[in-house]
Amino acid sequence: MDILVCVKRVPDTSENEIEINSEGTDIEREDLVYSVNEWDNYAVEEAIQIRDRVGGSVTVVTVGDEDSEEVLRREMAMGADQGILISDDAIEGCDGKGSAKTLKAEIEKGKYDLIMTGAQADEGYAQVGGMIAAMLDMPYASLVNYLEILDDNKLKVGREIEGGNTEMNEISIPCVLSIQTGINEPRYVGIRGIRKVANVEIPTHGLSDLGLSGDDVGEKAAKVKRVDYFVPETGEGAEMLEGDTEEKAEKLAEILKSKGGIK
Amino acid sequence: MSSQIFAYIEHHGGAADDSALELINSAKKIDPEAKVTAIVPGSGSEADSVAQEVAATYPEVWKIDNSELSYPNAEIIRGLLLNVLPKDSVLLVPHDTLGMDLAPGLSIKIDSSYVADVVDIEGADGDTLKTVRQEFGGQVHSHVNCDISEGAIITIRPGVFQADESKSASGEVVDKSSEAGSVEAKRKFLEVEEAEVGEVDITKEDVLVSIGRGIGEEDNIEVAEELAEAMGGVVSCSRPVVDAKWMEKGRQVGTSGKTVKPKVYLAMGISGSFQHMGGVKGNPYIVAVNNNPKAPIFQIADLGVEEDMLEFAPELTEKIKEMK
Repeated sequence: MDILVCVKRVPDTSENEIEINSEGTDIEREDLVYSVNEWDNYAVEEAIQIRDRVGGSVTVVTVGDEDSEEVLRREMAMGADQGILISDDAIEGCDGKGSAKTLKAEIEKGKYDLIMTGAQADEGYAQVGGMIAAMLDMPYASLVNYLEILDDNKLKVGREIEGGNTEMNEISIPCVLSIQTGINEPRYVGIRGIRKVANVEIPTHGLSDLGLSGDDVGEKAAKVKRVDYFVPETGEGAEMLEGDTEEKAEKLAEILKSKGGIK
Repeated sequence: MSSQIFAYIEHHGGAADDSALELINSAKKIDPEAKVTAIVPGSGSEADSVAQEVAATYPEVWKIDNSELSYPNAEIIRGLLLNVLPKDSVLLVPHDTLGMDLAPGLSIKIDSSYVADVVDIEGADGDTLKTVRQEFGGQVHSHVNCDISEGAIITIRPGVFQADESKSASGEVVDKSSEAGSVEAKRKFLEVEEAEVGEVDITKEDVLVSIGRGIGEEDNIEVAEELAEAMGGVVSCSRPVVDAKWMEKGRQVGTSGKTVKPKVYLAMGISGSFQHMGGVKGNPYIVAVNNNPKAPIFQIADLGVEEDMLEFAPELTEKIKEMK
């Protein structure tokens, strides 16, 4: 099975506090630690496991600047066979539809049985997989946390729905799946693994290679635009306990007792 | 603002989802004068009863009765909606697991704009709809403008808009079933597998010590267990702990886990995403322990402690034991 996984380089929220710059035009990016979007990493692991079971190939693709190459290399160190970087200044300012259109053009250059994305990324739209599927007229399943190959034409997929329940579906191939975290345990990638693929060539495609222009997918085409970032005026929030660690623990023990938190 | 506004009505077991009452208020934020039309896809008597129910809230209700919809398969619903929605409509959809499945592809097929997981609407200025979203797991907010001149699909976060409980409409139910036609899908619904209940039922506990990413590694769970034992409660957790396979799914609190109703909820090393807090009901006393002062949980909690949970939990356990 030939599988394409769309990945994205994002600020790692488990490593960073996200702060807004003084103008509110962007987040402070200077000291941010970036990594592959967590959901995408599960998708790549799933793709590798499928390939190892039934054969085929895993290609990882990303839309981004030259720094995004490190994310492709990381996923290739995990076991993806090849990477493709789509990079073009004219993509800047695109909305989700612009990203999906760009990826769709890349997908049409190859021949894939299965296309995967992470269920969502840093901006939380959870949109690209569903959009690509619609553009390609392929069936789609989102939030996939279980995958089983039934035969050459069908998969059984579980979608994670409310209450932790799983909605089981049969879906025909080719199809697009967005992958939920927890579907597998992504393998660890060490420095040595990344060194091994350090010199593998990663082709870079610009919009013209895909038969597109900035007018099709860039800022001009975007109908959805972020105006600014802001910190909302909130209520007072939590009452914060003061003092050193021991004092805080002592106060909290008292409060918990009064609230029925100690039985 | 000339577009017609529609609300997608989800339902379970013949009753409308809570979001049905919230979507009409989000529509009123786009246009206070809007005559909002509810769309109810479903099967047989369920579609009938839900259409009747929401007619008390919406001035017009479009019922789409289709025998394939005894379970809501987004791949079918998308095609049916395409057959009935007028060009340039604004459609509001709950941002939940059905909405996420249905809506992005629909925006492509109907060729309109798409904004997901909207938490507030600041109104429409001509063809520009002004929305508010969150990014980076709720750590920052953003204003997002959307061009609705050719329509839009907007998904709305459940629980953020007030429910309209007035039941003041006596809406007309219009049967759109034949116009919607029938749709072939390449994805077939099989069944729902219920999540298993583990040895501990966190939904029945009064005191929960809930752990998140801040637990760091599996061996540290012991620290939380000792604290929970001292308090007379049990340990629950947020999604990353289950994803890492450190605790069973039955211990997960959140929209994709269990809904709990404790008296006291002690959240340790949990950032407080809306998906997690969506599983905490019944207005418990919430205490948050987190070393990140900007964690969203401090906006939700009653009491906050800015500390590393791994250092703080043993200290707290000690104090509770002394007090006893």
